[in-house]
Amino acid sequence: MNAPKSPSMRTPLARVRALGSSHSGTSDFWRQRLTAVAMTLLIVPVIVVVLMLLGSNQAGAKQIFSSVPIAIIMLLFILASAWHMKIGMQVVIEDYVHNEKIKLASVMANNFFCIAVALASIYAILKMSSGV
Amino acid sequence: MALSIVHRATGVALYFGTLLLAWWLIAAASGPGAYANVQAFTGSFIGRLIVFGYTWALMHHLLSGLRHLVWDLGYGFKANEREALTWGALIGGISLTILVWIVAYMTIGGGR
Repeated sequence: MNAPKSPSMRTPLARVRALGSSHSGTSDFWRQRLTAVAMTLLIVPVIVVVLMLLGSNQAGAKQIFSSVPIAIIMLLFILASAWHMKIGMQVVIEDYVHNEKIKLASVMANNFFCIAVALASIYAILKMSSGV
Repeated sequence: MALSIVHRATGVALYFGTLLLAWWLIAAASGPGAYANVQAFTGSFIGRLIVFGYTWALMHHLLSGLRHLVWDLGYGFKANEREALTWGALIGGISLTILVWIVAYMTIGGGR
């Protein structure tokens, strides 16, 4: 067996070992757990913030988000959830969509959706907390 | 128990539910008119139902996810342990949802 000439000392097997069919190894698996634990730690403060917001009008909501700790808690939660749901939906797509082109388009749409939701939410929080 | 598909289904529901969260945050940042629209929706019967469903999906997905973390760490594989974790996630998810809504209604004083 003639392996293609490689610029590295690493054998072809060493370069692909444990990377699997996604070619990104277990990084998504790890980040899925990382964001899950992050959200588990954040869920109680986030629920408290949401309860605080329930009775208030827009001016009150803006006032609540002007608090730095509250803004940071919500930003962390949104970041973790957007990342978590991007990975989760990609797993669902890869499980059920078998046509290669539709799969690629779906994975791409999933990335767009998660980034758009995250950025819109982050922008709204930063806008409120900076008081403009 | 076929609860792993419920974990996935609640995950997908939460995925689209973030649209509501994003809409709410954007409205709060936009102004009183936009915020009143969100409050009118979440105050309606359908809106309440969706937010209630979202709360349950979140609580169930949280507990059922913790169950997966326990398994990831290599514990809880005995038949009775699996059953306990599964029922714990199911009953715990419903209980936490009701608890959050009771506290929510107490906070806003019996509904807007």
